[in-house]
Amino acid sequence: MAMTVQVEIVSAEGAMHSGQAAMVYAPGQMGELGIAPRHAPLITWLKPGDVRVEDAQGQVRQFYVSGGLLEVQPDVVTILADRAILAQNIDEAAALEAKRHAEDALSGQMAQFEYAKAQSELAEAIAQLRTIEKLRKMKTN
Amino acid sequence: MAGAKEIRTKIASIKSTQKITRAMEMVAASKMRKAQERMRASRPYSEKMLQVIHHLAKASPEYHHSFMVESRSVKHVGYIVVSSDRGLCGGLNSNLFRTLTHHIKDQHQAGIEPVFCTIGSKALGFFKRFGGRVLAHATHLSDKPHVEDLIGPVKVMLDAFERGEVDQVVIVYNAFVNTMTQKATLQQLIPIAGPDAHKTGAVWDYIYEPDAHYVLDRLLARYVESLVYQSVVENGACEQAARMVAMKSASDNAGNLIGELQLVYNKARQASITQEISEIVGGAAAV
Repeated sequence: MAMTVQVEIVSAEGAMHSGQAAMVYAPGQMGELGIAPRHAPLITWLKPGDVRVEDAQGQVRQFYVSGGLLEVQPDVVTILADRAILAQNIDEAAALEAKRHAEDALSGQMAQFEYAKAQSELAEAIAQLRTIEKLRKMKTN
Repeated sequence: MAGAKEIRTKIASIKSTQKITRAMEMVAASKMRKAQERMRASRPYSEKMLQVIHHLAKASPEYHHSFMVESRSVKHVGYIVVSSDRGLCGGLNSNLFRTLTHHIKDQHQAGIEPVFCTIGSKALGFFKRFGGRVLAHATHLSDKPHVEDLIGPVKVMLDAFERGEVDQVVIVYNAFVNTMTQKATLQQLIPIAGPDAHKTGAVWDYIYEPDAHYVLDRLLARYVESLVYQSVVENGACEQAARMVAMKSASDNAGNLIGELQLVYNKARQASITQEISEIVGGAAAV
């Protein structure tokens, strides 16, 4: 049997996922991370993007996270997400709308902190759309 | 018949009180459901956060955040006291304050001085009477507390810790056991309880991305936020549960009281009728 690692994904709104996995992919702040069982201890913050959990049978569950913390211990991977959604539950129309809204806001005049807020909203919306795209590609393959 | 009339008005007044308590009971029951949901939803996050912090305490990190150093002797303890904003919730707040004052008395004998940061107006009122030093307070949080409302007063306490005015921060709140039981709890927030004296296993450290400073600063800030938020929502669920139980027993008591008064009233009425009849009979015999 392939080696597995316990994966726990929780968001501020509740537990999202708990189970054994053969591989976990997450969008680390310094770049995409792939974590296999018995990985060295690691802590990093996450960017908005998709987290993929591959179990021993090769089944993949995909989540969107808006950012958060990733902690790796040799036998357990914990993701503390600010907000997490199961990828197939992302509302594409809402994400597009949010992206358009943020782009509109960025093109106008505004205070510094509003600018930063709009920028992070835009990043989140784009990351959501990218997650949907990846999910579609995976299904067609 | 003066007595009977008095009793009648008394019964009417108790009945209207009972209506109020019953309505409050039902409101509390529905609010409790929502508050419990909120508490359950955020519980996994704070539990996992605590787990990560425990792991971190076992590691030998290259950079020690001030919240992680437990070397200085404790002279001042900062208490973040979470209470409800409104009363009529049984002994919830007074139990909490009693536990806290017992604890402080013990601490006082060891020469440790308390300072407070209160969340909820009951705690603020208590310390105004009790005479504690309150650094910061937050009151009138809604039923749906937001982390943003809590950051301010908590930050005052953390800043005091950073400046060395406080050597330990403890959070005091009611932990939700079940609807009938709430447990007054004191939990040390910072410094993070270090590893046991007998450290097990090899010395190890995390890989930090991008670097330890950045990761740990944000992690510890988030840790405090999540724990304070969790205790506030938990206290909220306790408040509604305690209010529901208190109002239920008030309604039941009102029911009993009405029953007893009704009995007394009936007896008084019967007695006056009997008296009237005997007067009439007596009068007829005299004629």
